[in-house]
Amino acid sequence: MNARSIKDLVRSDRVHRTVYTDPVLFELEMDRIFGRAWLVLGHESQVRSPGDFFTTRMGRESVIVIRHTDETVRVLVNRCVHRGARVCEAATGSARELVCSYHGWTYATDGSLCGVPRADGYDRPVAETVGGGLARVPRVDVYRGFLFASLSADGPSLLDFLGPLRASFDDFVERAPDGEVEVAGGVLKHAYQGNWKLVLENHNDAVHPAFVHASSIWAAREQSAPGTGAYSEIGVRQMLQNGAPWEVWENTGLWGAAYGHSWMGDYHDDSRLVPALDHPVFVEYRATLERRLGRDGAARVLAELRWNSIVYPSSSFMSQFRQLRIVHPIAVDRTVVHAYSFRLKGAPEQMFRDTIAFANVVNGTGSPVLTDDLEVYERTQRGLGEPRAEWVYLGRRHGGDVPHRDGTLRGGTGTSEIHIRNQFAAWLEYMTAEP
Amino acid sequence: MATAADVGSRSEIEAFLFLEAWLLDHGRLDEWLGLFTDDATYWIPLEAGQTDPITSVSIVYDDRTLLEVRVRQFLHPRAHARIPAPRTVHQVGNVRVLDADDHQLRVGSTLVLVEYRHERQRIWGAQVEHRLRRTADGLRIVAKRVDLVNSDAELDGIVCLF
Repeated sequence: MNARSIKDLVRSDRVHRTVYTDPVLFELEMDRIFGRAWLVLGHESQVRSPGDFFTTRMGRESVIVIRHTDETVRVLVNRCVHRGARVCEAATGSARELVCSYHGWTYATDGSLCGVPRADGYDRPVAETVGGGLARVPRVDVYRGFLFASLSADGPSLLDFLGPLRASFDDFVERAPDGEVEVAGGVLKHAYQGNWKLVLENHNDAVHPAFVHASSIWAAREQSAPGTGAYSEIGVRQMLQNGAPWEVWENTGLWGAAYGHSWMGDYHDDSRLVPALDHPVFVEYRATLERRLGRDGAARVLAELRWNSIVYPSSSFMSQFRQLRIVHPIAVDRTVVHAYSFRLKGAPEQMFRDTIAFANVVNGTGSPVLTDDLEVYERTQRGLGEPRAEWVYLGRRHGGDVPHRDGTLRGGTGTSEIHIRNQFAAWLEYMTAEP
Repeated sequence: MATAADVGSRSEIEAFLFLEAWLLDHGRLDEWLGLFTDDATYWIPLEAGQTDPITSVSIVYDDRTLLEVRVRQFLHPRAHARIPAPRTVHQVGNVRVLDADDHQLRVGSTLVLVEYRHERQRIWGAQVEHRLRRTADGLRIVAKRVDLVNSDAELDGIVCLF
């Protein structure tokens, strides 16, 4: 498929349905988008000490993220250079060296080959023949503790790639009274029979909640309000919030930035979700934050009201609610999402419990909210699989996007589909840039 | 020390669990909800051996309020993931009383659940633990914990009730 035919699939206010359904395009996406972009892999707190590792995916590539003895984080392709077996099957762990289960080939924590049983059976030094060890992902970098890697040796620096979206990561970290966050509380996973782009398009879609989540909004409204401090308070509030009046959604800020990133802001304030501003837990939290940042500094941090931030093409996170979702494309019509929760170091323990309660209702595989999103992704995928309706229309507020600070485009209102148009502008750039 | 016989005979306990399964399989969700106490919890842990639903995430962790919301959601005409509602068969087995005192008992069982929805059948296997309380209305569920054998897998959305 050449650049010209790919260009024909994307117009300013619509895309051809095959971008969601064509397996050939999916393979190209894996090479040209997931093979080039900086992908979010996780957070440094998952690999605190030398030898600590976790396994994950970068597009089609299975990788090991491991802290080497020199304290740097390495990202290694999880495939033995001998006969190709997965070297590491564990999701997380700690190891002094990685040993392949098949013939015992052994790798150091930087991936270098350090042991080959029966090495005298080879006519030349094995390490030379196989390139020294596990293939290394060429670029690895960290921003504010978040781990990124790129399968491409060339491309923009991480800082340039993130651009103004850095402020969302800054917000994530600066909300911690100790200035640090850590992954905690387990990783929720969910999957759906649909294209990977559907979830990234949905997270900043301010019109969908009223329709997709109509049933949980209604069920929550019919419920007598849980008492303050009850476990269910956060879940019920979140469901109700999905039913916010249209003016709330229209007045929400929605920004698109280079490389397909976007974020929603000025939406949730802490009084809309728990703990509310005058809640004792929040008062204590603000006091700890003020001790580090001063009154004005803390006020500035808490005034940043971001909802979902999309790091195209691999992640969607919520700085204000300590959730990070990593999107793993499996096939053109199969996607897996891993959702991580974070602890604000130095914050009252109840803040973390609230994060867990929030995670269960937003990212729990059996959530009354999430399951309706997944259902709609699958219905969309089924609909797009049929040839008659060729075009997918992305025109809400098309023409109304306005240039805004830091080189961003702001949606005319919060219900603009600017974030999707912006994602496809990046998609087209990645997909038509020749290798 | 009280024995299981004091708070409920084995056949009574089995009958209770079978009734619960029957209610779920016949879509009688309000009656199913009625089997839970006002302070009940319904928990599907994410990880085997998970000890804590408060500081670690779960596939589902509902207190009574959220469980009522969950059940009510099935009634809404736009409950997309629940229309059509999953058809299920709950097969309860290996019922054992794990311990008991005057008012409460802990019962372990296994569950094999066949779920059908939208041209797709799924099979679930779980270790289940009920904490039951003897009340004036008979046995009631104080806590139900469902440990799916594949709880930490990359699962599609779950809408059936276990």
